[in-house]
Amino acid sequence: MTRRLLLLLLPIGFVGIALFLYQGLGRDPSQRDSALMARDFPAFEASTLRDANLQVDQSLLTGEVTLVNVWGEWCPACKQEMPQLLELADNGIRMVGINYRDTREKGLEFLSEFGDPFEVNVFDPEGSLGFDLGVYGAPETFLVDADGVIRYHHKGYVSPEDVRERILPEVEKWR
Amino acid sequence: MALMRGIFAVMLLALAGSVVAAGIEVREFDDPVMEQRYRDLTASMRCPLCENQAIDDSDAPISGDMRERVYQLLQDGQSDIEIINHMVQRFGEYILYNPRLENRTYLLWGLPIGLVVLGMLVVVLMVRARRNASAKALSAEERARLDALINRERSS
Repeated sequence: MTRRLLLLLLPIGFVGIALFLYQGLGRDPSQRDSALMARDFPAFEASTLRDANLQVDQSLLTGEVTLVNVWGEWCPACKQEMPQLLELADNGIRMVGINYRDTREKGLEFLSEFGDPFEVNVFDPEGSLGFDLGVYGAPETFLVDADGVIRYHHKGYVSPEDVRERILPEVEKWR
Repeated sequence: MALMRGIFAVMLLALAGSVVAAGIEVREFDDPVMEQRYRDLTASMRCPLCENQAIDDSDAPISGDMRERVYQLLQDGQSDIEIINHMVQRFGEYILYNPRLENRTYLLWGLPIGLVVLGMLVVVLMVRARRNASAKALSAEERARLDALINRERSS
């Protein structure tokens, strides 16, 4: 009797472990959350893209819900998402850019060609602010609440659907 | 034909060499212990972008940045744990090939040991059950025959 029970335990255990492992197979590892979720925007000190003598720091991101977009002239998806970002800015959302691993010249060229939805752009040629944000490829978009806490993170290209279905609701939620 | 093949092989080799040279920088260390720590740390961290490459083996820009940061932190005299925490704070648990032991990972680390213990338990139970069964299996008639056989052996 015990033997039969033990033998029954084997297939049950097997199915249990198989189901557990199977649900992990369906996950997309590139869709993982940012490690900075619900944490303060990292401290930084940098000049702006337009003015090398103007220093800004993390206090730039307090006081109002802000979308922070990490972009570079070298990044094709950044160009494609520009219309969406301009639309967000037209909707009255405060936008701040981080010009990531770029040169001033190319960054400014990009803005004059594709439009400038940003109140200000932080110049980050070495990618050090990007590193502290856990950015590993542009574009990435962060939603920062009025207290300077990161509340939402979007990895990669922002499509018009993303704006409607994810970003606008998140902005409303944290306003 | 053989000549063509030879030329082709040489071209391939040259190409492979140039790809490796372009990817990963060489770093000089005065201290061999620190060099070993650098190797171990960069081999134990997963590139956040390329998903199944360690940062010591990846030519993604972010891997280069991470190697550079590991190098800087080593020069600053930080411990391995401090360096790992520094990276996890920014890029998440994801980058660790060996996840740390914590609430979320008890099952992960415990399951193999648990299964071995369970297997041993099953074997012990089965052996014990079999032993009991074989001892009890003798009927009264069999026991009498066994006794008779033993006695005959003794008396002869």
